[in-house]
Amino acid sequence: MTAVAPLPDETLAGRVKWTLHDYRTIVGQEFTHLLREPANFAWTLGFPIVMVLLFVYVFGSAMDVTGQGAGVDYVAYAMPGMFAMTMAFGFMNTAMAVAYAKEKGMVDRIRSMPTASSAVVVGRNISDTIHAGVDLLVLFLIALAIGWRSEGTVWETLGAFALLIWLRFALIWIGVWIGLMAKNVEQTGSLFALAFPFGMVSSVFTPPELMPGWLGAIAAWNPVSATATAIRELFGNPVATGGSWPEQHALAAAVLWPLLITLVFLPLGVRRFRNLGR
Amino acid sequence: MTTTTVEAAGLGKRFKDTAALDGFDLVAESGTVLGLLGPNGAGKTTTVRILTTLLRYDAGRAAVAGFDVAKEARQVRRRIGLTGQQTAVDDLLTARQNLVLFGKLFRLDKTRAGERADRLLAQFGLADAADRQAKGFSGGMKRRLDLAASMILAPQVLFLDEPTTGLDPAGRREVWDAVSGLAADGTTVVLTTHYLDEADRLCDRIAVIDHGRNLVDDTPAGLKRRMGADRLEIVAADPADLPALERIVAAVAEGDVAADEAGLTVSAPVKDPVPALTAAATAVQDQRITVADLGLRRPTLDEAFLELVGRPDQPQEARQ
Repeated sequence: MTAVAPLPDETLAGRVKWTLHDYRTIVGQEFTHLLREPANFAWTLGFPIVMVLLFVYVFGSAMDVTGQGAGVDYVAYAMPGMFAMTMAFGFMNTAMAVAYAKEKGMVDRIRSMPTASSAVVVGRNISDTIHAGVDLLVLFLIALAIGWRSEGTVWETLGAFALLIWLRFALIWIGVWIGLMAKNVEQTGSLFALAFPFGMVSSVFTPPELMPGWLGAIAAWNPVSATATAIRELFGNPVATGGSWPEQHALAAAVLWPLLITLVFLPLGVRRFRNLGR
Repeated sequence: MTTTTVEAAGLGKRFKDTAALDGFDLVAESGTVLGLLGPNGAGKTTTVRILTTLLRYDAGRAAVAGFDVAKEARQVRRRIGLTGQQTAVDDLLTARQNLVLFGKLFRLDKTRAGERADRLLAQFGLADAADRQAKGFSGGMKRRLDLAASMILAPQVLFLDEPTTGLDPAGRREVWDAVSGLAADGTTVVLTTHYLDEADRLCDRIAVIDHGRNLVDDTPAGLKRRMGADRLEIVAADPADLPALERIVAAVAEGDVAADEAGLTVSAPVKDPVPALTAAATAVQDQRITVADLGLRRPTLDEAFLELVGRPDQPQEARQ
């Protein structure tokens, strides 16, 4: 009495149907995690919240980003940066989740099953994107609570959030690639050393033109800065821009940077995944 | 009628400049349990990974359930179960949620996945823990859950890579019962193990592998038979009796008598075990010698294994 599994039909339509079914199952698993361990989820938000409080209340009073005196409009300047930084750090969660699934043998188990192998990667991407949406919602409410406001129209505000999700979506592919490259979860943990400057050497907390020239140039070209500046414009928050191209064309840069990242890292991740069998 | 369910011929696999498999052959008949034995690094896991479509091979061919593992991987995956070396269960989910998840990924519908989950939870003694998160489980419970997950399909072929490593005796017994039960129902099982008692007890055939090549392919009994005859063994109570005991053993021996003075033990291979044992016991009694132990020892699979591959804990270079 072996093989109780129904053998699904092999037509193209059948395969597409089952592949979508598999994606849904994996995303459902992520949601069960969320319901089971809301604390884990809360912790990933802990960092940006602590940063908000630190920068707005501890350092913020000494910050003069608008040229109108220390502390003036700093919440309005820093909050969009905080949104962008949270999206930027998100790729570490993706990398760790992928490395964990690989190390624990979960990836192998699924690859040995009739499940669509891509479910491991695509399922991850969908659930992380949804996660990012929830992250943003919570941060948005906190921002409102401490007095930040979007001065833009509803459409501009929604557009800003779309740009943020777009950045996170692109960075997920870097996370997937790194997670598959890593030997173990500990290795991805040390990524923080990489992620921290990536998030901070940007226009998130300080305008790049206040930094030393070479560092300012890096910060100005950082994809995180592009998104931060673009959403400041859309939210109608103070913008402190220098003369570099991405600062002058923040909206275009905020669309193009994630596109470029996706074009590079999506194929890298897919290739890495296929090479697991080598 | 026997049919072949797993068949590999001339399998070769290189990782950079080391050959993990070097012309390995493997055959498992339907409904039998095949044990893959060998020291660490011999190629056991590589073989399992190839047969479960996880790894591509460089040379030879391999078929599982009648399908080529390289060209028809999707067909193979519908008919196999795999329990790898790590316990691949989701710690955050409950035992039941885990099995339902894998059931769905095996593309069972919700009802069917639930039924299979409940049945396997009962079979593996996890019914009471069904609604507890796996992260609180003991190593043995997790391993059982892991095994249950690989049996959701009641697969045609089940691959187990060191299934009882880290389990307590009760846990091992449960795994053994489950494996035997599946084999009785027609599932072909391929398992790798370091435990020779496990191979002895479960396997119909044992393939010994080393350096990616076949050393021996035989039944457990046949492997032991290669080790030669049973041995008569007497342990002296008093070292002074050793010479007398040596003479007694020599009278019935079929080969050289081995005397271990430190262990007070005299032993030798014998051809007809029962008459030899009776004769030795009578002689001991007649000469009024008190002995600590007197008996027959059958060669164990451990001895057969050591004989074949050398000491398993020796470094690889030292074995040749």
